[in-house]
Amino acid sequence: MKKEKKEKMRKKRNRQILAVTYFFVAVFLCMMGYTCHYAITHKQELINNSYNSRQEILVAQNTRGVIYADGRQVLAQTQTDEEGKETRVYPYGELFSHVVGYAANGRFGIEASANYYLINSNARLSEKVANDVAGLKYPGDNVVTTLNVDLQQIAYDSLGMYKGAVIVTDPATGNILAMVSKPDFDPNEIEVIWDDLLEDKESGVLLNRATQGLYPPGSTFKIVTALEYIRENPDSYSQYTYQCNGRFTKGEETINCYHGTVHGYEDFSKSFAKSCNASFANIGMQLDRQKFADTLEQMLFNQELKVGFAYNQSRLVIDKHTEDADMMQAAIGQGTTAVTPLEMNMITCAIANEGMLMKPYLVDHVETHDGNVIKQFESTSYKRMMSAEEAEVLKGLMQEVVKSGTGTKLADASYTAAGKTGSAEYNSVKEDSHAWFTGFAPVEDPELCVTIIIEGAGSGGDYAVPIARRIFDAYFEG
Amino acid sequence: MLEIYITELSKYFITLFIALYTLECFLVFRFQEEERRKGSYIRQNFFMFLVHFSCFLVICFETGKVEYLLFYILQQILLFATIVLFRMIYPRGNRLIINNMCMLLSIGFVILSRLSYEKAIKQFFIVTVSLIMSMLIPYFIHKLKFLKSLTWVYAGVGIVALGVVLILGTVTYGSKISYSIGGVTFQPSEFVKIIFVFFLASALSESQDFLRVVVTAVLAGIHVLILVASKDLGSALIFFIVYVMMVFIATGQWIYLFVGMAGGSAAAVAAFHLFSHVQVRVQAWQDPFSCIDAAGFQITQSLFGISSGGWFGLGLFRGNPTAIPLVEADFVFSAVAEELGIVFSMCLILICLSSFIMFMNISIKLQNGFYRLIAFGLGITYIFQVFLTVGGGTKFIPMTGVTLPFISYGGSSILTTLIMFFIIEGLYIIRQDEGDRRAKKKRKRRRIEYEAARGEADEEREEGEDA
Repeated sequence: MKKEKKEKMRKKRNRQILAVTYFFVAVFLCMMGYTCHYAITHKQELINNSYNSRQEILVAQNTRGVIYADGRQVLAQTQTDEEGKETRVYPYGELFSHVVGYAANGRFGIEASANYYLINSNARLSEKVANDVAGLKYPGDNVVTTLNVDLQQIAYDSLGMYKGAVIVTDPATGNILAMVSKPDFDPNEIEVIWDDLLEDKESGVLLNRATQGLYPPGSTFKIVTALEYIRENPDSYSQYTYQCNGRFTKGEETINCYHGTVHGYEDFSKSFAKSCNASFANIGMQLDRQKFADTLEQMLFNQELKVGFAYNQSRLVIDKHTEDADMMQAAIGQGTTAVTPLEMNMITCAIANEGMLMKPYLVDHVETHDGNVIKQFESTSYKRMMSAEEAEVLKGLMQEVVKSGTGTKLADASYTAAGKTGSAEYNSVKEDSHAWFTGFAPVEDPELCVTIIIEGAGSGGDYAVPIARRIFDAYFEG
Repeated sequence: MLEIYITELSKYFITLFIALYTLECFLVFRFQEEERRKGSYIRQNFFMFLVHFSCFLVICFETGKVEYLLFYILQQILLFATIVLFRMIYPRGNRLIINNMCMLLSIGFVILSRLSYEKAIKQFFIVTVSLIMSMLIPYFIHKLKFLKSLTWVYAGVGIVALGVVLILGTVTYGSKISYSIGGVTFQPSEFVKIIFVFFLASALSESQDFLRVVVTAVLAGIHVLILVASKDLGSALIFFIVYVMMVFIATGQWIYLFVGMAGGSAAAVAAFHLFSHVQVRVQAWQDPFSCIDAAGFQITQSLFGISSGGWFGLGLFRGNPTAIPLVEADFVFSAVAEELGIVFSMCLILICLSSFIMFMNISIKLQNGFYRLIAFGLGITYIFQVFLTVGGGTKFIPMTGVTLPFISYGGSSILTTLIMFFIIEGLYIIRQDEGDRRAKKKRKRRRIEYEAARGEADEEREEGEDA
C-alpha cells in the first residue's frame, strides 16, 4: 500500500519535471523561430542602416552595380580608372535626378532603395577568384528598373522651366514608367553642388516632388468627394441637380467657383465635368463625415504606404466633429488637405484598374553583372480602393471631363482619355494656382496613368492637360 | 586565391557537419541504455572533429599564420584527451554530456581565435586547468556522502561571497561583479550559482513543509537582493528562477510556481519603476533603433551581425563581429551567427537544449531526492542562462549581460560550467549505481520467490509420490 503511494508520488514528480522541460523547449523553439524570422526579414533594412559597418566591407569588396532603364539604357554606373578610383556616372544627367537619386553624401532614390542589391555581388565563384588574382573588385549586382527613357524625356521637357512633378504609371501592373520632379540637379555633380543645395532652403531641389511634395489637391480631390457621394446615394446620385450662381454659402463661409464662373443648372456629371465648386460644396454638406473618414482611410490618407521609396503621407482629417466650413473646403480639395502626386496617381490607377490598386514599384528585377536574374519583383495588388461598379461610374465621370468639361484639350485625340483637372489655390491671391491633371488612357483598357502638377502655372485645363496630351500622344502615336 | 574557394565552400560543409552532430544529439534519446547509444557517440566525435578542423582550416587560410595551426593541434589534443581519459576513468559516465561539452568548447575556441588570438590562448589555458580540476568531481560527488548535510553552510558561504563583491568588488560596465585576488579576477556569482543549487537541494530534500519554504525563500531573497544591489540583474534573475523552479519540484505543488511567478512579475514591474538602468534596458529592447547612439548601440550592432550572416554565414574573418562591444563575452552568439551562419547558431542552441534534456532525464531517474534536485537545479541554471544571453542578443528579451556557457570568454564562467557538467556526470554514475542496487534487489527477490515456488513444487511432488 505504502509502496503504491510512493510510486504514485514519483510519477507525479516526474510529470512535473517533464512539464518544466517541455516548457523550456517550447520557449527555446519560439526564440529560435523569432531569431531566424527577424534576421532574414530585416536583413536589407539592417544593412542599409548607417550605423552598420558591414556595409563598408561590401563597398570595399564589390564595385557598385549598374542601374538600367526598361530598355537597358544605363541610368547609373560606376567607372573605375586605372588607379582604381571609382566615379559614379549618370549618363542622363538631370533627367533622372530624383528617381534614380545619388550615392554620395548619403543616398537617395533608387540608389538608396536598391542599395542592398547594388553593393552585393552574386557573381560566380570562379569569377570572383579570377578577380582576386587580377586584384579587381567583384562586380556588384545590377538593378533593372521599370523606367522608360522616352516617357521620362517627354515628361521632363513638357514641364519646361516650371517647378512641379509628373508621374506616369501602368495601372494594370503598378510599374512606374516615368517620375520627374523639378527643380532638378545633376547627380554627376552632387558632391560639388551639395553645400549650395543644402543652403537653398527655398526651392527644395533635393525633394522628390512626385512622391514627397505635399500640395492642395484642388478639384482633383472631387474624385474622392464624388466617390463618397455615390457610395452614400447609390440609387439617387444620377438624379442630383444643382443651380449654380457662382458661389455657395453656408453660415459665414462662402465657396466661389473658379474665376467666379456661373455654371447654371447642372446634374451630377456636369458638376464634375465643369468642376463646379459651389455644387461640390453643396454635395460636401450632404456627406456623412464619419463614413467619409472611412473612405479617406481606404484611399490611403493619413497612413504609411507600403512602397519601396521615400514618400510623404497625404493628409486630411475628417471626423464627426469637423466644422461645416472645413467640410466645404475639404469637399473641393482646399483647406488643410495636402496630397502628393503619388497619392493622386494611386487613386487614379485604382479607378483605371476596376477599383484595384496595384502596388507602385520601380525595380523590375535584380541580376548579376552577366545577366542571371537573382530576384524578380512581381506586380502585386496593394489593396481594393473601391468596388468595380464605383470605379466604372467614376470612369464615366472622368471621361465626360475630357469630352465636355475642363479637359477638352484631350477631346480630339486618336485614343480615348479620362481624367480630372485641378486648379489648386495656394494663397489668398486668387490668380495663383497650381495646375493639376490626373487621368488615364485609353478608357477601354487603360495602359497609362498620368498625374501632373505644375506649381503656380494657373488652371489645370490650360496647363496640365496639354502635358498629359503630349505624353499620351508620344506613347500611343509615337 | 585558394582561400576564397575554401571559405565559400567550407561554409556549407561546416553547416552540414554541425547539423549532423546536432541530429545525433537528439537521436541518442531513442535508446535508454548508454551501450546502445554508442554508435551515435562515435559519429558525434567524428562530426565534432570535422567542424573543428574545417573552421581552423579556414582560419589558417584567411590569416596565413602558422601559429593558428599549432594552436589547433593543441586544442585537438586537449579535446581528444578529455574524451578518451573520461572514458577510461569513468566508464559508466554519460558520453552525450561530455561530447556536447567538447563540441561547445571547440566552437568557443574557434570563435575566440577569430575575435582575439591572445584571449583565445588565455581561454585555452583556463580550460586546460579547469578540465584537469573538474575531472575529479564525479569521483567526489560519488564518494562524499556528507554533501547533503551542509545545508546552512552553503547558504552562508553564498551570501558571504556575494556580499564581499558588493562591498569590495570592482565595477565593470556599471555592475559590481568581480574581485581580484593576487592578479586573478573572480566573478563569485558564477560559483555561487552552484552552491546555491546545493543549498536548496539539501534544504528542500530534507523537508518540504511551509516553514521550510519560507526560510529558504528568505535566504534565497538575500542572495537575489545582493545581486540586484550589485546591479547584476542577469544573475539575480537566474537565482530567482532557480529558486522558484526547485521549490515547485521539491514540494510538487503548482501553487508555489504560480505565487513565485506572480511575485517575480510584481518585482520586475517595481524594479522597472524604481531603477533607471532597468528602464534604459527595457527601452533598448523595445526600440533599440530610437536610441542607437546610447543604450541601443550594443543590441543594434548585435542584430546587424546576426542578420548580415544569412543562413550560412559570411565565413570566418569575412564579417565584422568586433564592431559589437563586448562581443567575446556577452555577445559571442551574435559573432557565431554572423560568420558561421544562422543555421549553425541554431544548431548551437539545440546542442545546449539537448544537454538540458539529458540533465532533466538524469534528474527524473535519480531515486535520491537530494541528488535529483541538484540535477534539476543545475539544469535550470544552465538553460536559463543560455536563454538570457541568446534572447538578449537577438532582441527576444531585454539584455541582461550574462555569458554563453562554454563559448564566451571568461575563466569563472568556464570553470563554473565545467563543474556543473561534471557534477551531473557524478550524478549519472550515482544513478546507475542506484539502478544496479535496484536490479540486484529485484534479482534477489525473484530468486527468493523462485526458490519458494520451487520448494512448494517439490513438496507437491513429494506429496504426489506419497499418494
